[in-house]
Formats: sequence, structure tokens, C-alpha cells
Amino acid sequence: MSTPDTTPATPDVPGEKLLRMYRDMVEQRRFEEEAGRAYGMGRIYGFCHLYIGQEAVSTGCAHAMQKGDIMISAYRIHAQALAMGIPAQEVMDELFGRATGNVQGLGGSMHMFDIEKGFWGGWGLVGQQVPMAVGVAFGQKYRNTGAVTVAFFGDGAMNQGAIHESFNMASIWDIPVVFVVENNGFGMGTAVDRVCSVDPMHRLGDSYGMANWAFDGMDVLASHKAFSDAIEIARTTSRPVFLEARCSRFRGHSMSDPGKYRTKEQLEEEKSRDPIPRLAAVLVEKGVATQDAIDAVDAEVREKMKEVAKAAGNAPWPDASLIDKYTYVDPLR
Amino acid sequence: MAEVLFRDALNQAMAEELERDENVFLIGEEVAQYNGAYKVSQGLLDRFGAKRIIDAPIAELGFVNLGVGAAMAGLKPIVEVMTYNFAILSLDAMINTAAKVHAMTAGKLSCPMVLRGPGGAGGALAAQHSQSLETQYTYVPGLKVVAPSTPADAKGLLKSSIRDPDPVVFIESEALYSSKGEVPDGEYTIPLGKGDIKRTGKDVTIIAWSRQMRQLIDKVESYCTTTGLDIELLDPRTLKPLDEELIYESVRKTNRVVIVEEGWRTSGYGTEIVDRIQSNCFDFLDAPIERVTMPDVSMPYSPPLEKIVLPNDERILAALRKVTYTG
Repeated sequence: MSTPDTTPATPDVPGEKLLRMYRDMVEQRRFEEEAGRAYGMGRIYGFCHLYIGQEAVSTGCAHAMQKGDIMISAYRIHAQALAMGIPAQEVMDELFGRATGNVQGLGGSMHMFDIEKGFWGGWGLVGQQVPMAVGVAFGQKYRNTGAVTVAFFGDGAMNQGAIHESFNMASIWDIPVVFVVENNGFGMGTAVDRVCSVDPMHRLGDSYGMANWAFDGMDVLASHKAFSDAIEIARTTSRPVFLEARCSRFRGHSMSDPGKYRTKEQLEEEKSRDPIPRLAAVLVEKGVATQDAIDAVDAEVREKMKEVAKAAGNAPWPDASLIDKYTYVDPLR
Repeated sequence: MAEVLFRDALNQAMAEELERDENVFLIGEEVAQYNGAYKVSQGLLDRFGAKRIIDAPIAELGFVNLGVGAAMAGLKPIVEVMTYNFAILSLDAMINTAAKVHAMTAGKLSCPMVLRGPGGAGGALAAQHSQSLETQYTYVPGLKVVAPSTPADAKGLLKSSIRDPDPVVFIESEALYSSKGEVPDGEYTIPLGKGDIKRTGKDVTIIAWSRQMRQLIDKVESYCTTTGLDIELLDPRTLKPLDEELIYESVRKTNRVVIVEEGWRTSGYGTEIVDRIQSNCFDFLDAPIERVTMPDVSMPYSPPLEKIVLPNDERILAALRKVTYTG
């Protein structure tokens, strides 16, 4: 099985694109910090899973996708929605449950969609979105659109039957889908090696005849290269690919998680690999941007996200008529 | 009109819709090269090719969810399950995904798919292959549920289900596949959500669907003779949404209702019909509504025992006497 190695990407990405990736990651980070604050203040309800630490994965992928390609994910999606170009205000308004939110307040933290921009959710059951994503990719192939579907799932989903059924179907039917497990080391509070017998995870692809490899999910350049290569394979050969993004989430599984399953030292070690300062260093080193310019981006984004959170608090609540508006396309009444 | 087998009526419906819309495809276990576990898809692979008639691995969660995704992507999947007993493995796809697509995306996506295959009890198949599971689906907002009793209804309703923009759970009956009935010549559809009076009567309304209705159609004249009652047979055909008006109209006329169900007593679909009737026709009822159901037991294999568990002549006649106070 062809398994491209995990050597770091040669940063052949144009400077302008590097800068955009940097800004995207900073936006996602600051957005999530605002969301965490708003949750603490009781302005965001229900579950809330922050993506902080994993921004290189979402950003590397979004920048490797082409128009028409589709990303489908689970429920840790605020940053992925932003990476795919959904405006921050729309995402924040959705978290606040407002009429101006991405799905008018019907979805909340876990359910967001923008068909045109290629972000198709936003699904709340561990692993459920993966066979569905294979179906979306099947539909694209059936209609000869040339699109590739990228199906995200967390390491906790590795042990769901749905994943194995999906891999098998994608392989027997040559479906152009890139599977990616975001392996952040913990399924909620359970260390992956306690519950998953496949080590390294990406090798599960061998069993299903799929190209597979791992990459450093804390390095946006490695991420971008891995996704670019995988999407290329899927598009040109119509074969599925399985990627393992090795990454860390710096916060708990959700807002109620005190994170007692890892030590302070472990967490500090993980934070030392923060993808944002890593890319900043590359930008300076390659002369793409000065430290001052980078600091200016940070300040500007920080201010913008504060405004976004403030505006969300003032956005209108949805109308009661929304409750049954979308239960059926045709309610037959 | 021609006499057509139930399975062939379904086959005609699928063939016509496959012909009509290239986005329609059929996927399921043994549907292609084997021509269908129950031969419902006989000949479709030869006619429409492997791109559109697809043999699935035995992985219900996977391929039903694949159907959901394909529907979201603009196709019109017909997903066949070998039986609804196996579809239990795919409930996540139907309840958590298909039913929610349109609502959760605020209308940005929809799921125009049909899940179909045999449901119901009987045939000495024992506990795990002999169950009526329609309430698993009727309970869920976002799904439509259809359970026809005759070949003509099966064809017209399946065509409508395939064209419907929402996810439709289409429940057949293994015991009905070889039953025969008149099917209109040429193109026709039957709208979802519309019931049908299979026999007009004035004394008692019997409500049933799928195989139980078919058996009632076959036996109703003898029941009328035995009891001296003029029985009305009402087949809702679509369980969700339910044709309430047709039911109320019949109840206002007969004032007495018996519901015959192939499912269990507790939480069976008949409880829903009872609830709607008592809410809307209370003053028209001359007797408590009687439900003839299976008792709350797992189906035994041995034929004499199975016969006791399924609704049977004796229990249906007893119910008719009870609602008419002639027992």
C-alpha cells in the first residue's frame, strides 16, 4: 500500500497563502476563546466543544480543498466552519441561539452547514457522519462532479462499527473520500491506547486497501501537504485515503471537563507545540511577515472577535414559527 | 387491469421510477446479481446496470447511512433492507440522521430517500425474524411511514414514496409478496397520507394495514355472515402522516371501532389511532375501541403457537361482538 511518509512538508506554499493560514488559525483561536468566555457567562447553551490547539488540522485541510469539495465533520466544529469560510458572526450567533445564526438557532454548537462553501455539518453522534459522508461522496461520483469529500472524525470514533463499514464500502466502490481521524489522544477522558487496538491508527487503512499515513497535526504546513496529497489521490484515482492527524486539544472535551486525565506537565508539553507560534516563526524566518505585522494581525483579530461576541448578544431570538418549519419538505397538509 | 403479484407490483414501481429519473438508484443486500432475496428487484440489474442496482455488504448501519448521504447529495436512493429486523442496526441512520437532515440544517439539505423491505410477523420465523416495528419510525418527526396491503396500493404508493422529497419508510410484508391483486394499467400514483375504504359498511369500522388488512379483505364477507354485521374496512395505507379525516368520517358513521394489528399490544401503532379517535370523536363512540394485537411475547416458532400469538379469526370475532355488545 502506498503510504507517503510523515516527513515535514517543504514549505512551498506561497507567502500570501501562509499569511492567510496564519490569520485563519488566529481567528479560530480567538473565536473559541470568546466562545469559552460566553459559555462561562451563560450566553451559550447546551454542549460546547472547543477546538483550541487543533487549528492546524482544520486550516491545512480547508486550504487544500477546491471549490465543490465537501467537508463533513462531527461536533467540534466551530473552527472548521470558520476555516471553510462561514462568517464568524454567523457561527457565534448560532452558538447564542439567535435567528441570525447559521441555521437560525436550530442547531447550536454542533450543527452548522453551508452547502455553497462546502461545509456539510456538524453531526452529533460519534461516527455517524462517516458512512453518511461516504454517501455524499458516492453521490458526487454518481453525478460525475469530480468533487472529493473529506470526512472528519475523532479518535473516539475509531472503535465504532460505522467507521469500519464506511472504510469497507468506500474501498469496494472506489469512492473519492478522504477519511481523517483527529487523534488528540483522548476520546473524552479515555486515553486512546486503552480502547483502540489499532496502533498506529492510520494503519487501519491497510486492512481496507487504502493509502494511509499520519502527519503532524500541530504543523499547518504538514497538515496542508497531507490533505493536498490525499485529496489529489482521491480525485485522480477515485480511491479513498485515510489520514491520521496527530494533534492536541488544549482544553477539555467539553466545557464540563476538568481534564483530570492528563497532568499539568503533559498539557504544557502539548502546548509547546502550539501551531500558531510555530507558523509565526516560519513567517518571520522566511521573511513573509515581520513580527510587528504578525502582532498587528493578532490585535486586529482579537478586537474583531470581541465585537462578534458582543454583537451576538444583541442579535434577535428566533420566532416560534420556526419550530415546525423544516420538519418536512412536504408535510402533506 | 391485470392480476399482478405484490412483489411484481413493487418491481414495476421501481422500474418505472428508475426509467423516469436517472438519480434514482437501488442499493441493498442481494438486490442485484441475486435478483433480490424476495425477488422484488428481479431483472433490474440487467435492465439498469451495476451503477444503479447495487449489491451492498451486510452492513445495515453503513449502507442505510450511505443512502442518507447520497440523498443529501441530490440522488433519490431506494435502500432495501432484507427485513426490518435487520434494519434495527440502521436506526441511527434513520432516526438520528435521515429524520433530522431537513430540520437541523434549517432547510439547507433534505433527504429524499426510501427505506423499504419486508416487515411484520409470521411464517414460522421465530422471535428475531417475526416482528412489526413500524412504531420505531412513526414515533419520529421527519419520517413518513407507508404500509400497503394490496399490489395496486403498493405500486402507486411506492412510486409516490420515491418521488417524495422526504425520507419515507416503506414497510412491506414477506407474507404478502406472493399475494395477487388487480393493478391498473399504465402510469398512476397514489398520494401519501390518504387512506382507503376497502369495504363500505355501516355497523363497525375495522382499521388495519399491511398483511392484516389483506387478510381482512379476504375474510370480511365471512365475518359479516357470521356476525350479521355490515363491516367497514379502513386501510390507512400511510401510517405517518395519518389520514385522520377518513377515520373520523367512518367512526361518525359506524360508531364502533376494532383495530387489528400484527404488532405487540404495548405501544403498538393502534394506540395512536385510539388516542386520535377518542380526542376527536368521543361523542360518536357507542363502545370502547377494541384492539386485536399480538400479546407482549416474543414470537414462538412452532406453528400452533404462532397461530395463537397472531391476530386470528377467533379474537377478531370476539372483538366485533364486544364492540357491538353481542358477545
